[in-house]
Amino acid sequence: MPELLLEIRSEEIPARMQRRAAEQLKERLTAMLSEAGFTPAKDAVATYAGPRRLTAVVTDLPVAQPDRTVERKGPKVGSPQGAIDGFLKAAGLSSLDQAEQRDSGKGVFYFAVQRQPGRATTEVIAEIVPALIKAFEWPKSMHWATYSQRWVRPLHAILCIFDGKKVEGRIDLGGGELAFTDETVGHRFLAPAPFAVTSFSDYADKLDAACVMVDAAERRAYIARIAGQRAGEGGMQLRVDEGLLDEVTGLVEWPVPLLGKIDDAFMDLPAEVLTTSMRAHLKYFACLRLDDSLAPRFVVVANMENADGGAQVVAGNERVLRARLSDARFFWDQDRKKRLADRVADLKSVLFYQRLGSVAEKAERVAALARWLAARIPACDAALAERAGRLAKADLTTGMVGEFPELQGVMGRYYASHDGEPDMVADAVAEHYAPKGPDDRCPTAPVSVAVALAEKVDTLVGFFAIDEKPTGSKDPFALRRAALGAIRLIIENKLGLGLIELFERAHTLYAGFDRAKADGVARALLDFLADRLKVHLRDQGLKHDIVSAVFAVPGGEDDLVRLIARGEALKSFLASDDGANLLVAYRRAANILRIEEKKDGKRYDRLADPKLFVTPEEAKLHQAIMDIATKADPRLADEDFGGAMAVLAGLRQPVDDFFDRVTVNAEAADLRANRLCLLSQIRVAMDAVADFSKIEG
Amino acid sequence: MAISRPTSFQSLILTLQAYWAEQGCVILQPYDMEMGAGTFHPATTLRALGPDHTWNCAYVQPSRRPTDGRYGENPNRLQHYYQFQVMMKPSPADIQERYLGSLRRLGVDPLAHDIRFVEDDWESPTLGAWGLGWEVWLDGMEVSQFTYFQQVGGIECNPVPAELTYGLERLAMYIQGVDSIFDLDFDGVPKNRGGKTYRDIYHRAEREFSAYNFEHADVDRLFVHFEDAERECARLIEARLALPAYDQVLKASHLFNLLDARGVISVTERQAYIGRVRTLAKSCCETWVG
Repeated sequence: MPELLLEIRSEEIPARMQRRAAEQLKERLTAMLSEAGFTPAKDAVATYAGPRRLTAVVTDLPVAQPDRTVERKGPKVGSPQGAIDGFLKAAGLSSLDQAEQRDSGKGVFYFAVQRQPGRATTEVIAEIVPALIKAFEWPKSMHWATYSQRWVRPLHAILCIFDGKKVEGRIDLGGGELAFTDETVGHRFLAPAPFAVTSFSDYADKLDAACVMVDAAERRAYIARIAGQRAGEGGMQLRVDEGLLDEVTGLVEWPVPLLGKIDDAFMDLPAEVLTTSMRAHLKYFACLRLDDSLAPRFVVVANMENADGGAQVVAGNERVLRARLSDARFFWDQDRKKRLADRVADLKSVLFYQRLGSVAEKAERVAALARWLAARIPACDAALAERAGRLAKADLTTGMVGEFPELQGVMGRYYASHDGEPDMVADAVAEHYAPKGPDDRCPTAPVSVAVALAEKVDTLVGFFAIDEKPTGSKDPFALRRAALGAIRLIIENKLGLGLIELFERAHTLYAGFDRAKADGVARALLDFLADRLKVHLRDQGLKHDIVSAVFAVPGGEDDLVRLIARGEALKSFLASDDGANLLVAYRRAANILRIEEKKDGKRYDRLADPKLFVTPEEAKLHQAIMDIATKADPRLADEDFGGAMAVLAGLRQPVDDFFDRVTVNAEAADLRANRLCLLSQIRVAMDAVADFSKIEG
Repeated sequence: MAISRPTSFQSLILTLQAYWAEQGCVILQPYDMEMGAGTFHPATTLRALGPDHTWNCAYVQPSRRPTDGRYGENPNRLQHYYQFQVMMKPSPADIQERYLGSLRRLGVDPLAHDIRFVEDDWESPTLGAWGLGWEVWLDGMEVSQFTYFQQVGGIECNPVPAELTYGLERLAMYIQGVDSIFDLDFDGVPKNRGGKTYRDIYHRAEREFSAYNFEHADVDRLFVHFEDAERECARLIEARLALPAYDQVLKASHLFNLLDARGVISVTERQAYIGRVRTLAKSCCETWVG
């Protein structure tokens, strides 16, 4: 069946928008074709994006739109004549004979049922394409010349071919129009002359001959392969950089990877400075030697095939890199003339956040909090933690970080080492922003852990105290990321810490904060962390209801390490036969209690009176409950949660026997009340280990 | 007289002027006030908004960025440099081709190089202006900025102009194949016949103005001047004199840049000062179109 080919050609589309644009083109085209009654198969629509064109191809479209039945619901049978007349007019019927009567379930109504014969597919396409372009959404779009139409950059041509022939159509740009064409152009410089095409395969072949690789996936794979080869020719390998590969793929229609040389004079600059200089502004790939050290080479992906094999292009790029690196060298030399410790004062003029003071104040707080944390982190030197906390932000005032903000921390380490600071301090300065996400490496060196955690807790407490909490999708200060970072630092380093105390401590370090509000801020932040923890642990295989159950133990839990140990024990227990069975019994007890307490309007939370037991099952259950209290408590105190759960297992038989043989709702009121109290005690005893009422499923 | 070599700094300017004159541009001379970029010239800022439906102009504009001064010691940075500015309104459909034509005229053959248009949106918080476009890469070097203005002074541009800014020193460095701005051949006249390099003409100025910008500019007086300019601007707006009022915007903007170079404006104050200049710029633009 025939094929539709659409190409929307414009001036250069930003690389970062291309992938999503191809996806959107596919979604919208599929939806609009479906709405028009075509039912394109899932793989019948393919789209492609590049710097100067978005392309779509739809295979297997019929030459005519399928016939469609359109129904219009009218008034109820027996409605006033006015309503009937209105319906007939709107539906284009001359009398009610042409309408059907149908029982809708809410009475009998008139329905106008009309068959719409399908139109020629070309006609439908001529409508769909302009509508698609008008509805298209770019992250940023613009006007050009005198038109009211918006596009990401000026729109130049719409190639639209169906079944081998140009579709007659046009788009109104608002102040002008663009007629569909069957012509396109190749590479801007290598093949600028227009040519006509008849099908996608014709299009792809001719564009390939005209130096355009239409498919971004193909361009990406080609770049990776050839760039790797170029590096390999020099006995090196390409430094893997998927993000850069994506970006470069969007900057070229005809990728030509070329190998360039880094002037030896710059090879003593820190490796991160070299790679960042090359990556950020120039989009070069770094090359590594076999020992993973940085080689004095780079790969630039040109969009051009030159007669000289790229010699002039490489020479030009090498010169640009030299200029960039001389700038970097200037910063590197200048920055080292002033000690990091002497830069701390300069942070006074750098604002942290309006109501949270300067970065200098933040550095002091982080230093103090890191010192406090050091006492709670095994083998952590308090003086070093404080020192590192104070120096952590000082590199923000250096020229290098001003030029390359992404090198914050990393440069701090180099400058700290240069100043002769201890390695542990230099490492902590470098690592204090980590972990920046779920996949980032989490610091493990004690001093680094102290400073990284202090930094995050200070930020969280500060923003919570001034009520700048994340809402919905809005999280302008990346507090969710900070919270996840804090959680990972704590649990991956197994830091037994009372978070409430930590948060209150951080709160008192803010000079202007009202001390009376510290507890409220700490509680709110703990709730926030609990939510983040649930997300984090869910990814690690611990369900949110288990986390809720262990957070809600009597007295609350704010020590994440203990909480997770208890959660893991609970998870295993619930997976065991005893645990599953006991959960059923727990729920049965809780249900009965809820119903009876509601009926009686009072609570049965007294201790059961052994004198009122009439069956051995009651006495045995009572004894088992007593045993639990005496046996589970010391285990909980020792944080032997598996042991505490095992004690709970001892309840199973007595509880089962109780429910099998004892009628809770006995005739005698005092017996009934006493048995309800016994059920209540089951609940209390179990909740001391974990709040079983939170368990779902 | 020896004929100036075609790659000299000054012939670059002459060539661009001739080329854009052929494209129908009014060739203007630099505006006679200190400004941070060619965009601030009223022929761009105000004419982007009106009154003419069609406005095509080109000019060279000395630009001052006090914080970029390096006492003449950095081969790539200057506190005073030249921009060549082109604005065509409405943006012609072939403006990219016209721009490439200018490079060809300068002797840059696109087939021998790698020329690319890389996303770079432009925003001037002081002018309340923004647009979308690219930086143009010539073998990796950014040689021009290309912008479709969307707003100026907070007012929508209709028609939309295309603005091109050539970094003349960079372009000349590329064309002449030198690694330091100061080594640029300025006039194309051989050294032994009195020919001048960029160093001969501007190195002392870079040294002295860097010292002025960073060390000697009288901060208290600059603050007073800033407020004077602000007040004068407001007064002229009252009198509905858009162009003289706009001159005061230029003054205020440059004074702010000097204060910034002196390091006396904190991060928080910075936004406030930019906001004050923007308010002035907006009222000038409103008065201009109103």
